[in-house]
Amino acid sequence: MEQFYIFLQQLINGVSLGSIYALIALGYTMVYGIIKLINFAHGDIYMMGAFVAYFAVLYLNVGFLPALILAMLTCLVLGVLIERIAYKPLRNATRIAALITAIGMSFLLEYTMVFFVGAQSRAFPDVLPSVRLEFFGGKVYVTGKELLIYGVTIVLVVLLQFIVKKTKTGKAMRAVAYDRDAAMLMGVNIDHTISATFAIGSALAGAAGVLVAIYYSAINPLMGMTPGLKAFVAAVLGGIGIIPGAALGGLIMGLVETLVIAYGQSTYRDAVAFAILILILIIKPSGILGSNVREKV
Amino acid sequence: MRAMKRLLSKKNLCISAAVIAVYALVQALFSAGVLRTFHEVNFITGCIGIIMAVSLNLITGFTGQFTLGHAGFMAIGAYFSAVMTVKWGVFFPISLFCGGVLAALFGVLIGLPTLRLKGDYLAIATLGFGEVIRVVLLNTKYVGGASGFFGIPRLINWTWAFFIMVIAVVVIRNLLWSSYGRACISIREDEIASELMGIDITKYKVLAFTVGAFFAGLGGAIYSHYFYGMQPGTFNFMKSIDYLVMVVLGGMGSITGSVLAAVALTAINVVLQQYSDIRMILYALLLIVIMIFRPQGLMGSRELSVNMFRKLKRGEKNGAVGSK
Repeated sequence: MEQFYIFLQQLINGVSLGSIYALIALGYTMVYGIIKLINFAHGDIYMMGAFVAYFAVLYLNVGFLPALILAMLTCLVLGVLIERIAYKPLRNATRIAALITAIGMSFLLEYTMVFFVGAQSRAFPDVLPSVRLEFFGGKVYVTGKELLIYGVTIVLVVLLQFIVKKTKTGKAMRAVAYDRDAAMLMGVNIDHTISATFAIGSALAGAAGVLVAIYYSAINPLMGMTPGLKAFVAAVLGGIGIIPGAALGGLIMGLVETLVIAYGQSTYRDAVAFAILILILIIKPSGILGSNVREKV
Repeated sequence: MRAMKRLLSKKNLCISAAVIAVYALVQALFSAGVLRTFHEVNFITGCIGIIMAVSLNLITGFTGQFTLGHAGFMAIGAYFSAVMTVKWGVFFPISLFCGGVLAALFGVLIGLPTLRLKGDYLAIATLGFGEVIRVVLLNTKYVGGASGFFGIPRLINWTWAFFIMVIAVVVIRNLLWSSYGRACISIREDEIASELMGIDITKYKVLAFTVGAFFAGLGGAIYSHYFYGMQPGTFNFMKSIDYLVMVVLGGMGSITGSVLAAVALTAINVVLQQYSDIRMILYALLLIVIMIFRPQGLMGSRELSVNMFRKLKRGEKNGAVGSK
């Protein structure tokens, strides 16, 4: 029975981590779906979100919600700017050129932050009262932070689903992702649609950054590197370009990672993500929810 | 006799003379005491950079397979050769070679399944491979785990590093100027079209991957036998990016471009050594600006050659040599 409680506790932790991966993965998958680019800078936008919230809490003395909204808005603007400055000129260039630019952008954000705030970790101030829901006589518990992560993630995913499925912008996004040229001929403004995609994806990453900062209480300029890559793996796992797939992939990644830490060796946690990636790419490159696409000549 | 004559052509003799002159000049400066031991570090790093950049260019620039795991092959070569030299007591040139061979074997192992992937998927898969190698080394007690593998004698000197580098460049250059190389270039230009022309795509991709991995392993082996040891973190994702920057800057598909970029960036690193943060910001800006304004790199797929100078002198427009 004791074993079962521990397992249950790990599941709760895993879902929290998974929700964060899911939020980052959603942005990855949207951007990839629309311009077929692995936006390496996405993980660093998430880092910027954490830092904006940090400075907002520290210097503007605001609570959680204003900090979250401020971080999301800043990331939104940053995401659109990055797209306009670095990616737009390369829209018709080779994929490798765009990918290298994305890697460059990622390093630029990381090391500009290292330059200004230093590479050391900072403690994120506590903005939430410590609440703890206990089950089974305290053997299994959910903290207030975890409940907050679940809540914010669910709200944002539902909101995203609404935007993509019900609004005109969402319709344009799906059209551009499906066939850019045809969408253009139908009068869809490609530039605006791509900007909107970057805006939404970056805002989600910013929210994930704030949640992670609260969850682990520590932030640093290089914090976006590994979660960024893992979120990409999550997006591929669920089927890249598919929004529910990214959420599913994120949850699976979070659970697997937590279980590896709990029952295996914590030093292997980063390797597991990439082992999953290599396996999925070999077995079913289109991902869990993806359908096979035949190559056109 | 004709083969002999071709081998001893005026062009080859000129290039050989120039290579030996560079070697002799540096060696003379070391002997005369103008350059001291702490300068030697930079020259060896430059040689390793050239080996890594040219071998990565073979995979990414000429064959068009974008990989982000080159440091993984370097790590395999570095660790395996170090184990052979230190723990098994093997004569060190043999362990250098074996380090390269093991890296090449991994190149085949990784290459066969992952080369079915295209473009960005391949990049991410190779990135994952590099990270897996690093984490496995981190958890292997036999090679020191996280604290690293130290106590390797310094057996590499300027002469070794320089001539291994020359061999690497010549082998890769000759491979690329053969029918194998043309097959690789055709895969980069258009995979489907080259398949229609009867080129075995998988074979040539794996070939490029294997040869590239071999020389990356050799580069790693030189590293471990010069710097007394290494940690798994030495060969992380950043290391792969360092070499990718060299290839991109020099021109994807230009061997001389990679050589020049490796030399230039090593020199810039020496100058910026105290300011490592600024160095990374500059690297990032360099990548973005080059990609936006000159996506084919500074040299493109052109080569710096004796012919080029001759044509320049005659005032002709210098044409692309070799590829494209």
